[in-house]
Amino acid sequence: MSETKKSILLSIGLLFVFIIIGELITGDGARNKQNMTEYEKLMGMGETQAHVPGPIEVFKLAVKELSNPFYDNGPNDKGIGTQLFFSILRVMAGYFLSVIIAIPIGFLIGMSPLFYKALQPYIQILKPISPLAWMPLALFVIKDSIMSSIFVIFICSIWPMLINTAFGVMSVKKDFLNVGKTLEMSNVKMAFTIILPAALPTIFTGLRISMGISWLVIVAAEMLVGGTGIGYYVWNEWNNLDLASVVFSILMIGIVGMFLDSMISFISKYFNYQE
Amino acid sequence: MPVNSLDDPFNEDSDLSHGAGCGCKACHSENVSMVQNLPSSDEEIVNRFVETSIVKSLFNGNDMQRRNFIKTVGAGTFRAALLSIIPLGALQACVNDTKKKVESGGATKMGASKLEKTKLNIGFVPITCATPIIMSKPMGFYEKYGLDVDVIKTAGWAVARDKSLNKEYDASHMLTPMPLAMTMGAGSTSANYIMPAVENINGQAICLHNKHKNKRDPKMWKGFKFGVPFEYSMHNFLLRYYVAEFGLDPDKDIQIRVVPPPEMVANLKAGNLDGYLSPDPFNQRAVYEGVGFLHMLTKEIWEGHPCCAFACSEEFATKNPNTYAALFSAIIDATNYSSKHENRAAISEAIAPKNYLNQPASVINQVLTGKYADGLGNVLNEPNRIGFDPFPWHSMGVWILTQMKRWGYVKKDIDYKKIAEQVYLAAECGAKMKELGYDAPSATYKKHVIMGKEFDPNFPEDYVKSFDIRVK
Repeated sequence: MSETKKSILLSIGLLFVFIIIGELITGDGARNKQNMTEYEKLMGMGETQAHVPGPIEVFKLAVKELSNPFYDNGPNDKGIGTQLFFSILRVMAGYFLSVIIAIPIGFLIGMSPLFYKALQPYIQILKPISPLAWMPLALFVIKDSIMSSIFVIFICSIWPMLINTAFGVMSVKKDFLNVGKTLEMSNVKMAFTIILPAALPTIFTGLRISMGISWLVIVAAEMLVGGTGIGYYVWNEWNNLDLASVVFSILMIGIVGMFLDSMISFISKYFNYQE
Repeated sequence: MPVNSLDDPFNEDSDLSHGAGCGCKACHSENVSMVQNLPSSDEEIVNRFVETSIVKSLFNGNDMQRRNFIKTVGAGTFRAALLSIIPLGALQACVNDTKKKVESGGATKMGASKLEKTKLNIGFVPITCATPIIMSKPMGFYEKYGLDVDVIKTAGWAVARDKSLNKEYDASHMLTPMPLAMTMGAGSTSANYIMPAVENINGQAICLHNKHKNKRDPKMWKGFKFGVPFEYSMHNFLLRYYVAEFGLDPDKDIQIRVVPPPEMVANLKAGNLDGYLSPDPFNQRAVYEGVGFLHMLTKEIWEGHPCCAFACSEEFATKNPNTYAALFSAIIDATNYSSKHENRAAISEAIAPKNYLNQPASVINQVLTGKYADGLGNVLNEPNRIGFDPFPWHSMGVWILTQMKRWGYVKKDIDYKKIAEQVYLAAECGAKMKELGYDAPSATYKKHVIMGKEFDPNFPEDYVKSFDIRVK
């Protein structure tokens, strides 16, 4: 049996183990008490209690939600597909905004070691700031909740791109540059024909990290601001202590995140090179 | 019909008379081209009629004088001069409105005035206090007044405040202290907010974790962690007032945290909070989930205390007077409808779904009908657990301001009555209630009794000083 087949079998095996353990340790929250007194009735003894759902319950919910992903029951109750669509749209807007800004600036910083060193402390301070910390400031200044979430994605995803672009540009091999010089290339031509292709794999690593961060950020931002999006969906279900929906949306967040990540890594394959 | 008497009164060549020298077709058979600019639609005819009567009366009906005068000063100047003293547009709108109201069967039928804006966004935090604002959507109260409203669920009050300041919301569900705080610029940028109506009275509760079942005396609460929904909330002020009456300093002896209502139950369950004074349904939900019990209802602290409110910016109200009036009517109507006990069960059904409160209907029903389980094994019947009364008493505003002062949210000296009167539109609300045929109080100040102690709105500063426990 090949290594791949073995790994697939192991994956499936793990899934089964997970499902069985999950079913064993979780309950269904049912309180089907018969002949209730009035007090018990008001306490909801005949209705389902909030509980951690088992895998099968989540699966059933997933089938139900995914079979009608774009329903619209008013502004506060839309299908999971619509919510994900809104989130992806915002992520893309913030992400491309930071691509547009981070790559040229990263390029310039990378070309000048002086700038690289001078800006390093600022970048390092701004990089670890949580999206939730930016949110109040953004809301206050931008005065628009959707633009604010886009801004927060932008401000959180820009740093890995910036650093990786600068680093990639800086670590282009001296030999490559010397070849360019002997061919008497102009600076602009050198930037586009030598430095950019040489730095692309590092830049793409930055792009991938940033995409991951954007997707992390959007959930937090939408939980805070509400309205639409997968973050709001999680929050709305949390309101109702409906953990099955929360677990389901966690899975969806993971799947979409994986999809976004593999999209970038798929594109980056075209720009890789072997020395 | 000799409509040319409705020709443009600002034109020197038009003939508005039907005297001997009249040249209109109705008076003469000759083809005189006097008719220049006749109104076509009903509304234009009314507008022209208003204009003409004013202009004619200026010249005592002497058309020659009018034409000579316009010839001398010019039509534009004349019109501008006239407009500077007479609000022509407003008069025209007014006559048109009345005409439509009469035609549509009386002044009570709304939707007749021209709405500046029919598509509105109104924010709400998913709690039962917002009942009138929410149920107006599924039960058609907004529609009745010609408004197409989207009620948008909001994660908490800080966000509701910011989205209102950003104008993403035209109006919003707020807590009664919020518009006061916003107008003073306490805890936010200063923006003039108005509160035309209170949503609910009573309807909150102190909920404790089940492990504290034997600690019913507040003196035993030292070191407790309590949740309140917002700093500028009745919940915060009532909880502070309550524990202070038992000798606890809320800033030192207990910890008060701001927790958005929807997160209360989860935090109580996790043990992050020992209890909370929060809006329903989250008190009842904690009981329903077997996590906590109801220590007391807030109506036992202050019978009839205000809680949540309907608020909007002053700017929205002045820029869109007709829309604002229609919205105001819808809210007052809905609040009155909610106040009737026989409607409560139907309301529970309407606001329980995911799009609105997203809670089990039986929990909401217990809150609204007042027949509830307290978590200690008793079924209680308290029909006034929550009430809905729109009238924003100025004295309530003054009380709230005294508490802001008492707990140091406002440091400077304030003119209590002036702020309360600016923000709480009690007189306007009373007029609206009467217009819709409901009873309204004639005074806007009254004395309130809170935990047996009388509050006289005429002496707010003395009231603040009468408390031993306060931020000095």
